Amino acid sequence: MSDLYFQHYLFIGVLTAVAVAFGVAPLILARFIAPRRPAPSKQAPYECGIESAGDPWVQFRVQYYLYALLFVIFDVEVVFIYPWALVWKGLGPVVLAEMALFLAILGVALAYAWKKGVLEWE
Amino acid sequence: MGVDEGLKSELQKQGVYVTTWDQLVNWGRSNSIWPLQFGLACCAIEMIATAASRYDIARFGSEIFRASPRQADLMIVAGTVTKKMAPQVVRLYNQMAEPKYVISMGACATSGGPFHTGYNVLKGIDRYIPVDVYIPGCPPTPQGLLEGLMRLQERIKSRSMGQEVGAKQAAYPVPAFGASGLEPRYTPGVFQPRKPW
Repeated sequence: MSDLYFQHYLFIGVLTAVAVAFGVAPLILARFIAPRRPAPSKQAPYECGIESAGDPWVQFRVQYYLYALLFVIFDVEVVFIYPWALVWKGLGPVVLAEMALFLAILGVALAYAWKKGVLEWE
Repeated sequence: MGVDEGLKSELQKQGVYVTTWDQLVNWGRSNSIWPLQFGLACCAIEMIATAASRYDIARFGSEIFRASPRQADLMIVAGTVTKKMAPQVVRLYNQMAEPKYVISMGACATSGGPFHTGYNVLKGIDRYIPVDVYIPGCPPTPQGLLEGLMRLQERIKSRSMGQEVGAKQAAYPVPAFGASGLEPRYTPGVFQPRKPW
């Protein structure tokens, strides 16, 4: 029994080894046989032919991140509410209470974010 | 090369195939030409038709139009190259992987075509980058593009990879905008302007 168990893991190991070799071998092969002639415009970052301008390390305001996080919360909330709204009538008061609890938790989170001043744009 | 042609054909009758490394590599290269995915004007529509099911460029191993020049072997200059676009085309050519080939598709890419006397159109992409195959037509039919591709395959088979890489520069100068159009007007060594009458 345990032999069979480990045998199945052996298959996964073989598959992983073959997959890694399949990916790495062409890279190593190309390293040795590919013609390599570097030039400034060839080494330049690919920007659809346009010369790249400016610094890629652009800084974003951290507030965007908090807004995005809040958006995701409500996004997921809607995803859950839609299928729930279709079926809750047939499922009784427990399901209604469950959704109310879910919304309440999210409401607390929103209140917390509000109190922390996330919703105010400075 | 090393092996006599007569001996080669005798061996083939017995089911033994003799080849050289270069021939083997060229066979693979010429049957897996990956074009760069870009189109400049109406020739691109014919190029799309060539890639679609009716003409099916996949029969020649060239169906994988790459979105990045790093993965492309072939640049099909399909359409009118405006002076605004020419530096980008040359830069993309420079960024392609070695060895690389160029098909100049249609009258516009070859000579400016109907816009030859216009002020804003480059009079042939061969002013800046070496072109391997010119396809006539305005626009060329898909059959024309396939014929050009087959000619390119013949060309790839005719030279070894090392010769091909050595025959072209690593990168060609990218033109810039000057007081009157592009500077320089052509790259010396790539293009020879016609002598005046």
